[in-house]
Amino acid sequence: MESQALLVLLLFVLVLSIFLGFELINKVPSTLHTPLMSGANAISGITIVGALLASGGEGTFSSILVGTFAVFFASINVVGGYLVTNRMLKMFKKK
Amino acid sequence: MIAFFQSSIFVNLAYIFASILFIFGLKMLSSPETAQRGNLVSASGMLIAILVTLAQNEIIAFEYLLFALIGGLIVGVSAASLVKMTSMPELVALFNGFGGIASLLVGVAEFINPSSSTLIQIIAISFTVLIGGITFSGSLVAFGKLSEIISGKPLILFGQRFVLSALLLIALLLALELIISTGLLNISSQTILFILIGVTLVLGVLLTAPIGGADMPVVIALLNSYSGLAASSAGFVINNNVLIVAGALVGASGLILTNIMCKAMNRSLSNVLFGGFGAATSTSGESGQIQGEVKPITAEDAYLILEAANSVLVVPGYGMAVSQAQHVVRELGELLEDNGCEVKYAIHPVAGRMPGHMNVLLAEANVSYDVLAEPDDVNPLMDTVDVCIVIGANDVVNPDARENEGSPIYGMPVIEVDRAKTVFILKRSMAAGFAGIDNPLFLKENSRMLFGDAKESISTLVSEFKT
Repeated sequence: MESQALLVLLLFVLVLSIFLGFELINKVPSTLHTPLMSGANAISGITIVGALLASGGEGTFSSILVGTFAVFFASINVVGGYLVTNRMLKMFKKK
Repeated sequence: MIAFFQSSIFVNLAYIFASILFIFGLKMLSSPETAQRGNLVSASGMLIAILVTLAQNEIIAFEYLLFALIGGLIVGVSAASLVKMTSMPELVALFNGFGGIASLLVGVAEFINPSSSTLIQIIAISFTVLIGGITFSGSLVAFGKLSEIISGKPLILFGQRFVLSALLLIALLLALELIISTGLLNISSQTILFILIGVTLVLGVLLTAPIGGADMPVVIALLNSYSGLAASSAGFVINNNVLIVAGALVGASGLILTNIMCKAMNRSLSNVLFGGFGAATSTSGESGQIQGEVKPITAEDAYLILEAANSVLVVPGYGMAVSQAQHVVRELGELLEDNGCEVKYAIHPVAGRMPGHMNVLLAEANVSYDVLAEPDDVNPLMDTVDVCIVIGANDVVNPDARENEGSPIYGMPVIEVDRAKTVFILKRSMAAGFAGIDNPLFLKENSRMLFGDAKESISTLVSEFKT
């Protein structure tokens, strides 16, 4: 029973976040489409939280190994994504 | 004190705070004035989420994860700082793929971890693996197409749709077997998971391979959305709200971009994904009716016309990225402005290989973003434009989209450059655009073709102005 309550709660959060996302991004000028995409991509690297728990938490050797690879890829995603977005946005100037 | 920072209430409050920062960061990303700060806000949210996770007492060993973190940091920093602006679409595709594989691996790690998973977790793991796998292999194919390691042409296999549906069905059945484990297959659940991963990877390839180079903006936006959904789904695997919220935000923003790109091409998403646009040569039967002749012009003559122009509209396309002409374009624009001419840039949403591709290149060349206009802004004023300079764009300026009902791109909103007084078309040869269709613009009365490499042609114009 408890896990059903949890599922409902998580689904609730999911649905609200999707609506929030649509509202937030709805009016982005096309000038910013690329930075928006790469900035959003960096945010999707949030999966690093799960990766860190899998890599550093309790587990078998193989689950830790898989988690470690997840950390590697997710951190490229996060670090590279934010840096390259920043590099692009620095160029957008008004004269 | 340390116990408080490790308590689950603190950790969860920190995750909520991180989610708030993501939301504000994305909001700020939608205006040029605040975008750079917005990115920093969202990055600090990420930093907080990572730090509180590391501080949790659930983390008992640091040697592996620190190794992976540092490795990822080095790769990420070097990729982000070394990449050329013209290669940005490839990099974005690759990062999308890394996000997808990371979520997939999180799902796998949770699955093979002996601590028993709940039913919800197993459903979430199946879904994460499915989306993560498609995102990963799909992004790699997109990366290969964009960096021209593999051909950018649509690759249609015989019975593509049948194979796709069959594989999707197999994937769903495998996922179902993981969830309810009937034991009918008589193999261990881990083996089933690995087969499922294999199937999703093939699915990703098959979904992306049929899509041609010119449709890449749609694909990248869609893969971007998938990478978010995979992260969101991974949130259900580890019961973590910050993953669900952040992933859903990315999923939604990717979907909006996908929708904008589809609208800009007047095509439905399923047409882009399964249409194999441009694979068949257009035989609309009316191509023979196009009359007129191609009128070439030399850079010297073009200079004389530009020198007398009062308003100039530059329309860049993928060709500008290929010849890296953005810097000389900016130089030409400045010289024209010094000459008392009004210069604007009209950018079609699907010009280039990713959403906003042209804007990034022109920003790199130091063009002010307030002179970058969208088709809807420039089309009503087109009659007053003296000269349109089309640089390596083709399908987005094709008048057939308005005039020829038999054309495959009929109905697509285009930049109506043929209504300007004079149109210069910078092109390497008479080859058709990526959609593989004829462009009657080249034959119009007011069109002049400036053949050659765009960068060289514009450099010649610039030097004419300087003498």
